[in-house]
Amino acid sequence: MHAKVADKIATGILYVVAFLFITLLVSLFSYILFQGVPYISLDFLTSPSSTVQAGGGIRDQLFNSFYILFITMIITVPLGVCGGIYMAEYAKPGKVTNAIRTCIEMLASLPSIVVGMFGLLIFVNTTGWGYTIIGGALALTIFNIPVMVRVSEDAVRSVPQDQKEASLALGITKWHTIKTVILPAAFPGILTGAILASGRIFGEAAALLFTAGLSTPNLDYGNWNPFSASSPLNIFRPAETLAVHIWAVNTNGIMPDVQEIAAGSSAVLVLSVLLFNIIARVTGKRIQKKLTASK
Amino acid sequence: MTLVVQKKAAFAMEELNLWYERFHALKDISFQINKNEVTAIIGPSGCGKSTFIKTLNLMALRIPGVKMTGGILFENQNLVTDKTDLVHLRKKVGMIFQKGNPFPQSIYDNVAYGPRIHGIKKRCQLDEIVEEALKRVALWQEVKDRLKRNAFDLSGGQQQRLCIARAIATKPTCLLLDEPTSALDPVSTKSIEELVTELKENYTIVMVTHNMQQAARISDKTAFFLNGEVVEVNTTNKLFSNPEQKETEDYITGRFG
Repeated sequence: MHAKVADKIATGILYVVAFLFITLLVSLFSYILFQGVPYISLDFLTSPSSTVQAGGGIRDQLFNSFYILFITMIITVPLGVCGGIYMAEYAKPGKVTNAIRTCIEMLASLPSIVVGMFGLLIFVNTTGWGYTIIGGALALTIFNIPVMVRVSEDAVRSVPQDQKEASLALGITKWHTIKTVILPAAFPGILTGAILASGRIFGEAAALLFTAGLSTPNLDYGNWNPFSASSPLNIFRPAETLAVHIWAVNTNGIMPDVQEIAAGSSAVLVLSVLLFNIIARVTGKRIQKKLTASK
Repeated sequence: MTLVVQKKAAFAMEELNLWYERFHALKDISFQINKNEVTAIIGPSGCGKSTFIKTLNLMALRIPGVKMTGGILFENQNLVTDKTDLVHLRKKVGMIFQKGNPFPQSIYDNVAYGPRIHGIKKRCQLDEIVEEALKRVALWQEVKDRLKRNAFDLSGGQQQRLCIARAIATKPTCLLLDEPTSALDPVSTKSIEELVTELKENYTIVMVTHNMQQAARISDKTAFFLNGEVVEVNTTNKLFSNPEQKETEDYITGRFG
């Protein structure tokens, strides 16, 4: 009788907590969307921002956000996956491994503003690049590598031991086993980690303030030469991202439609993250299907 | 006399010892495993029979803190002391595990996995190897129309046969079976047993089993392990009908274990 009551109470509490979370999520989401969606228009998405007049858009910021995300992922994912494989398969338990693990965890708990200051010192001042996309991407890499390593390590570890043994017992070398058995099986976990990291990158402002900067040069979207100063693909140009833009217009914007721009940008940001997640998951499923021949 | 025995032997163990950290798991193991015979390894849980079979393809080395001394002679090489090419050894000595462990890939890719990585790239050659291996384990008729389907769709017995096909595809000379039927139903068990009897024509087979009837049914020689030692090795008939050692008799008559 006692156990039954306890069971009922526990179930009830868990339901309430779940309900609270969902309500919070739904209300936050709908607040942002209701506030912002009315201001989203084709014009808003495709015109450059203005500093003084009303009616500026977010074209460059939106592009910068995706571009920095892309560059960061190109650096973060291979490094993170390699780190994860090392931690799960090669690192021998002992003092060194523990030290590495502690370092990774410390890195994960660094406040992003500290990472931004570090980036300012190293990627902006020491290198002499000034505010650049690559500087921002490297700062974001520092900040996302721990998550990526951790998630990859867990994914690699969760591959059933018997499949690994089956491969090794066939005379397959360790590296080939990792490449052909472990990585395909760990792929969904690694993908989830990459999506989580992307979400953080997309929404990150503090680490980018001092590394990628608060401005964007006049971009010519017809110019695809990545070495030209006005090319959007140039990684050595400053780039204000959407999240930074939201922060900037809110704190020191002087245009009359600050509220609208902030609300619209927020909605675009949220929708972009959502869209990105969905696309990443769908593609991930496709790749997974190809790798495993499941129905 | 010794020369004849040597020629017939696929593996010859000489005072093989194995430790896990401090634990002495195999003690002075000395006997021979003959080519093209089924050798059954029996004994109670924890007697070292699974550890022993893992020394034959050196999978035992994967366990942290493992140490081996003595000798396992295979193809004129001492696996324990010589620097063994693990890739070659494991190609020649295939292993089948307790539970069928196919890769989460198609049936075709499972069988083609070994040959492919060992360097066979031509489609027609792979097709041939896959068909031959699947026919050898009597799975071809059942799966030939769905080679592209995931191997997990197969039943437990079929999965275990697929794993045998996967091992055969790298053209081994020996097969190690570690309690291959312990997770299977009686019908699947029977089919695996029949398969093992057929396979001994071409392969040397070492099988760990906790099922004494199984050992009696299909093996030519049986080795009885107890507490990390070999108590008795004999032809299966002799060992089960007229054991030389008291412990063997106690075990096979069910007095312990």
